[in-house]
Amino acid sequence: MTNKRKSRLEQEQSASSPLRKVFGRPSLLKDVPTHFCAGCGHGIVHRMIAETVDELGIRERVVGISPVGCAVLGYDYWDFDVSEAAHGRTPAVATGMKRARPDLIVFTYQGDGDLAAIGTAELIHAANRGENITIIFVNNAVYGMTGGQMAPTTLEGQVTATTPSGRTLEGCGAPLKVPEMVAPFPGTKYLTRTALNNPKNIIAAKRSIKRAFQYQMDNVGFSLVEVLSPCPTYWRLSPLDSLKWMEEKMIPCFPLGEIKTPG
Amino acid sequence: MSKKVLMCGNEAMSEAAIRAGCRCYFGYPITPQNEVAAYMSMRMPQVGGTFIQAESEIAAINMVFGAAAVGASAMTSSSSPGISLKQEGISYLSACELPAVIANVVRGGPGLGSIGPSQADYFQATRGGGHGDYRTIVVAPSTVQELVDLTVLAFDLADKYRNPVLILSDGILGQMMEPLVLPDAINGNLPPKSWALTGAKNRPPNVVKSLYLDVDLLEQLNFHLQEKFRRMEREETRWEEVGTGDAEIVLVAYGSVARICRAAVRQLRETGEKIGLLRPITVWPFPCEPVARAADNALAFLVVEMSMGQMIEDVKLGVAGRRPVNFFGRVGGCVMTVEEVVRETRKALKEIR
Repeated sequence: MTNKRKSRLEQEQSASSPLRKVFGRPSLLKDVPTHFCAGCGHGIVHRMIAETVDELGIRERVVGISPVGCAVLGYDYWDFDVSEAAHGRTPAVATGMKRARPDLIVFTYQGDGDLAAIGTAELIHAANRGENITIIFVNNAVYGMTGGQMAPTTLEGQVTATTPSGRTLEGCGAPLKVPEMVAPFPGTKYLTRTALNNPKNIIAAKRSIKRAFQYQMDNVGFSLVEVLSPCPTYWRLSPLDSLKWMEEKMIPCFPLGEIKTPG
Repeated sequence: MSKKVLMCGNEAMSEAAIRAGCRCYFGYPITPQNEVAAYMSMRMPQVGGTFIQAESEIAAINMVFGAAAVGASAMTSSSSPGISLKQEGISYLSACELPAVIANVVRGGPGLGSIGPSQADYFQATRGGGHGDYRTIVVAPSTVQELVDLTVLAFDLADKYRNPVLILSDGILGQMMEPLVLPDAINGNLPPKSWALTGAKNRPPNVVKSLYLDVDLLEQLNFHLQEKFRRMEREETRWEEVGTGDAEIVLVAYGSVARICRAAVRQLRETGEKIGLLRPITVWPFPCEPVARAADNALAFLVVEMSMGQMIEDVKLGVAGRRPVNFFGRVGGCVMTVEEVVRETRKALKEIR
């Protein structure tokens, strides 16, 4: 990392102040008010990505692609190059970028609707081709931006705007497990599922995201980190109860841990 | 450089694209344009470029989007049903101001249609089949040589305006072999693209986006885009006129149909009839003023298309009701003969006499 790009944390530590700052905003996360709802997980994931890019020293070669959905405004927060993509087409856009400029570190940031519904074809084929890209898949079991409709990852029985009596397997199908779906492809190298329900898991999620980026830098191949993330607004729960719901309902349906590792 | 080679339109267009600097091609199989992907899969590795057979036309246009966003010169091609699938992507390319070239080797429609040649995608090409107020320059070659020349132009214009450019070919031009002269490969690098996503090195981040939740900002983007489109109309309208000066009837046709009309004009001229041809080379921007000027002298127009009558609407806008505008079309992959065009022209002549 260059001196110019020293994190705010480091800068403040080196100052002569008797107070030592031990936690601060990552240098690549802009100092702007968040537009996310109270208790939403997106801000945490944004932060972890900013930290990762900072720590790996790749700000000058990273390109992020934000999804259509709540996280579309990624470029309002990240201090590096970002593109939008049409809904679900994100892995195809990433493919075009990475093949045209293999020296870039290309990641997509996708929600469950973007990745697991409208964008399944692009996901599956980018994964099967073994594109050397990183997908950060934020699964909150619901469409947030459009008002809380059923997502492919909505749990059985979960009430949403379009499943007023709860999701039924008959007619709606079962919650899609994305990393497991692409795990059999020889092209996929690193697949893992993490969650934001407690500090321990958040630290683990950050570690996974950093690993995935590192694999791309090492030309290992396709990586996908699923992050189970709370959506208190459309789960109709308080932020605290959302974390409880994640632990009790969501994680049993989407087991945490590495699904596939390189080598 | 001046050596003549014999190539089919699809391959000639592909080679021209590579010589114009295209280094990324993404496609999906569909007849009658399959020679493009086959040629690109062979040539791109030779020039250090990228070829991907995408999982769909939708993925292909979005790979173009990605490659264009990081500053690469990118292209996709397809035929009518596949071009329909690319419309969303074309709207995004225009909104995000990304240069790209899209070739449509038009086949019979609607629906799955036929694999024969057609011009029934004129509305889609010139009006924008995607959503929102956007425009794309549409070049409409009528020979394989012109297909080559306009492919090079398409890449230049895409970069010049940071906007997608469409090549409107068809099943005849794509499949037909003609002698032609290929352009020299461009030397050196293309002009720098300071807006591209190349990693934020020594500069603030670049962003490629089309979402403006602030409606005033989105209106501003639209005003900005419209300024570009007006400039395209002023500077990029291209057409050819044959014998329109003294013509009683002016035929209007583009692409491969213009060749048939040219032969019909020649035949009719040989029998002493004063017939001209106005051939749009860009169908958007459409040569509206040349049509209007032709209406000063001509007594009537005959629009000939391989469609049920699409370009005729633009001709009528140019003529503005001052002269009768007749129409002759064949569709579904059927191609009109020179004799049919001569017959239709004589019919129109009879009506004005």
